[in-house]
Parts: sequence; structure tokens; C-alpha cells
Amino acid sequence: MSETSYSLAELLIVAAAEAWRHDGEIMGTGIGPLPRLAAGLAKKTFNPALATSDGECWYTTEPMPSGMRGDQVELEGWMPYDRVFSSLWSGKRHAMVAPVQMDRFGQANISVIGDHAKPKAAMLGARGFPGNSIHHPNSFFFPQHSTRAFVAGEVDFVCSCGYNPARYPGGKFPAGLDLRIIVTDLGVLDFGGKDRAIRVKSLHPGISFEQVQDNTGFALERPESIPTTPAPTAEQLALIAALDPKGVRKTVIKGDPAGDRR
Amino acid sequence: MQNGTTAALDKRMTIDEIVGSLRDGMTIGIGGWATRRKPMALVRAIARSNLKDLTIVSYGGPDVGILAATGKLKKLIFAFVSLDHYPLEPHFRAARQAGKLEVLELDEGMLHWGLRAAAMKMPFLPTRIGIGTDLVKQPELSKRVKSPFEDGEEFVAMPALRLDAALLHVHRADERGNVLTLSPDPFFDELCARAADVTYVTAEKVVPTAALDLPANGRYNLVERALITGVAEQPFGAHPTSAAPDYQLDLKHIKTYTESAASPEAWDAYRTSFINVDEAGYLAAVGGAQAVSALPKPIY
Repeated sequence: MSETSYSLAELLIVAAAEAWRHDGEIMGTGIGPLPRLAAGLAKKTFNPALATSDGECWYTTEPMPSGMRGDQVELEGWMPYDRVFSSLWSGKRHAMVAPVQMDRFGQANISVIGDHAKPKAAMLGARGFPGNSIHHPNSFFFPQHSTRAFVAGEVDFVCSCGYNPARYPGGKFPAGLDLRIIVTDLGVLDFGGKDRAIRVKSLHPGISFEQVQDNTGFALERPESIPTTPAPTAEQLALIAALDPKGVRKTVIKGDPAGDRR
Repeated sequence: MQNGTTAALDKRMTIDEIVGSLRDGMTIGIGGWATRRKPMALVRAIARSNLKDLTIVSYGGPDVGILAATGKLKKLIFAFVSLDHYPLEPHFRAARQAGKLEVLELDEGMLHWGLRAAAMKMPFLPTRIGIGTDLVKQPELSKRVKSPFEDGEEFVAMPALRLDAALLHVHRADERGNVLTLSPDPFFDELCARAADVTYVTAEKVVPTAALDLPANGRYNLVERALITGVAEQPFGAHPTSAAPDYQLDLKHIKTYTESAASPEAWDAYRTSFINVDEAGYLAAVGGAQAVSALPKPIY
């Protein structure tokens, strides 16, 4: 497949789909266009049991193609918010969300930049981040890996909890806390370092460890050898095209650059 | 508030009568979720009224934005305020960034939990949510409870969110306060009603009881009528938010609304055209009944 060209967005979709590979029959939620396509790709390939929704309140038998409405696909289950909470509190969900900030503990923020009482920028509010992070597996997506996103110290307002022992009685992490992977435009990171430190799991083609480190506000763990993020296969590219007939994936990353930057 | 022998079973009221029964400083829960099934006609009437210093509990959308921009809010209890397709609510942002709005920021499920505690007349319900986050630095969430069982786990005590009044928008009601919400997700409107001393609904249509066809529609009967204090018929009362299947979200109007935050002049113009008018004037200003009924289903 070395002949096949692919965009960075397509590379990220394929890398992000890996989040749900071993999850089996749980609710898979990708927030934002690329994580949503990634959950769809996981369902179309290695995890057909994954339950994905129309973004409103129904599960669909097939992943919802982008730009389609819930009444244009087959519905297979009712999922009002009350049931979403019941399901997520039981741990039977894996979400990939796109925070504004993350720190070295994996703590994430979508609420405010600056002081909580008088923020420099008010954003959404904590939404479901606190409950998600303490109950079920979570992965993360950052289309722009920078020191503004991966901050030194702690995030401005901790919405989702992370591996920060100072925040738990006796320093013991909650049983439901399970942070999995972080997909960015530079590489894939995970929490497999010492004491759950963030480490670089793979580098996208043409990206060096130094580039990732320079764009991160805290020290990253560097394994002895770091593999290159696998390129999408022709089959995966065809499935992505079918899941995204309107090409929403081309609008997420500025200029829709190529995935191989060697 | 009503005793058993004199409870009025004709609960029909006007929107102005409902708003006239609210008081300064009340804690009011607003039903719906972001841009879906918000009681916007009631929100606009509050915005026109002299009410002040309200505490609003809401899965927030333009309801929160309008009340913030018209100076009605003292405090907001929320997990998010969003216009869905336009994720950031500009009037809410402006109020937050001015630093004048008191807030209690919650997780979405935690808000539900606080309403449930109030509904059950419990002072609190335990939850893991908030542990490890900055939510629990807020004084309202500073209390912990320890499991009395062997596990000994420590939980956040989520205090009951008691409401002086709840405002909801439903699809159908009869004059006795039997209501149907026909949209696919009932959200947490039932808990709002149970957490509140009084609950007022606007309904797309007020119909005879038989026309509710409860044997077929039982699953859409939000809550028992004893919890409903007043019913106002208000077609398109959720606009610009959706009241599917009767009508869909008006994305074009949501865009107009977001643009109203661009300058004080833009806000004055919006307020003049869409808030300081009666509901007939409002409906005409947003294109009329036919246009609203024909809105396409949005993509989520």
C-alpha cells in the first residue's frame, strides 16, 4: 500500500479507530467529525459489535455517514440522555473527546481559560467530562498539537480527572479511571509510562520525537524505539470515503495536508 | 399549594399570568436540552418582565443566553450552555467573561442527580462524579460522604437542587394538566417538575383529554397531572429551538441570534424585533407558522 496517498485526516481517523479495537459490545462515542468517523471505521472493520449513535438519541445499525440525518438510516436502539448516563455510569462506554487543554496527568479542560470566576474565555462548561472520566474509558483527540493544548502545570479548570495522585484520598486512583490513547496531528500518545505518565506510542510519518516534545508543555516519556503510525490501507480509505461522502474530513485540518510528511 | 377540595382542574393560564406568578430571586428550572424543546415563549416573556435576581437551573441553550443578556440572572446552575451547531453561546460567554454571573458548574449527570435528590426530598445523593476535578472546589460541592459498608469509598454529596418553579414546553396538554412530550428524548423535564414547588408548561396544543389518546401515548406522558400547576397554549412556543415532530430547530434563526452578540446595537435590534414583541409578532418576525412548520430536520 506504499503507493496509496492519504491525507493527515485519514491517517488520524485510522489511528483513532484503534481506540475501540478491543472494546466489544459497548457504546462508542466519538465527539467531533474525525473521532466520529473513527468510531464508524472501527465498527465497519475490527469491532462490528460497537454501538454508535446518530448524535441525537438513537443507536444505528450502521455507522451514520457524516452529513446524514437520523431518519435516513436504520435505527436499532433508543438512547435518550437518561439512558446515556445510566450506561456510562456502569462503565459500558468508551468516548473519544476533543478537549481544549490537557496536562501531564491527562487532566482535561473544556470549561474556561483563565480564572473560573471571571474567565478570559468561557467555553462550554464541564459537560459530561467529570462523570465520563471517573466511570468509563476515555481517549482524546487534538487536531493541533501545541504547547497551548498540552500545557505546563495543570489545565486551567480540571473538567475530566486524570492520574494526579494529589487529587485523590490516599493518592489512590479511582477504579473507573481509564485513560487510553491521545491522537494528535503529530502522533499517538498513551498513558503507559512510569506512574501512568504520558509517552509517545507512535509518530506519524515524517514527525520526530523532538517535534512532539517541542510542542508539548511537559516532558514526554520516550520509549527506546518508537514505531511509525501505520498508514491507512486501501480498504480503510474506501470505507472512510463511504462514511464521509460529503468530505467533512477535508475541512478539519487547515489545508487538508498529506498524511506522509517525509 | 392547593388543598384537595379546591384544587382547580382548569389549569389554563396565559403566558403573562404564568410570568406574573413568578417572583424576584426565585430558583427556576428550565426544561429541554441546549437547542431542543426549550420553553422559549416563557423565556421571552421573562425577558420582557420586571423580574430580577433569578437563579436558573438548565441544560443551557438560548434560554440562558437571553436571560443573561437581559440582566435577569443572578446565578446559573449548569453543566454547559451551547447552541449545538454553534457550540459556544455568545451571550452566556459575555456574561461569564464579565465576571458578574455567579455560577455553580456541574457535570451533566450531576445536574440530573441534584434534581433527583430534590424530587425524592433527599438533602443530597452520593456520587463519584467530581472527584479528581475542579468542580469540587466549589463550596456547594465540598461535602463528602463515606460508604457505611466495607468498601468505605468516599463520595461527593451532590446537594438537592430544589426549584421554586419549573418551566417546560410540551407538545400536547389538556386543561387538567395531563401532558405529552412527543419528541424522542424527554430529557430531564420529569425531574424538573418533581424538584419544583410549581410547574408551568406551554403546550403546542391544548386538546380534550380523549384527544391525548393516552392508551397509545402513555410512554409520552411526562409526569402525572398533580405536578402541573398551569398550562398555557402556545403554538411554536419552543422556537427557535425544536419541538420535533411538530417543528424542527431553526438554524437560520439561531445564526441571527448568535450574531446579535456582535455589538450593543446588534443586540438592541434583536431585542426589538424578537423579544419586545408579543408571540404573534414574534411568529411573524421569524417567518410565520408555515415557514416554521416546514423547517428541515437538522443534522446532529
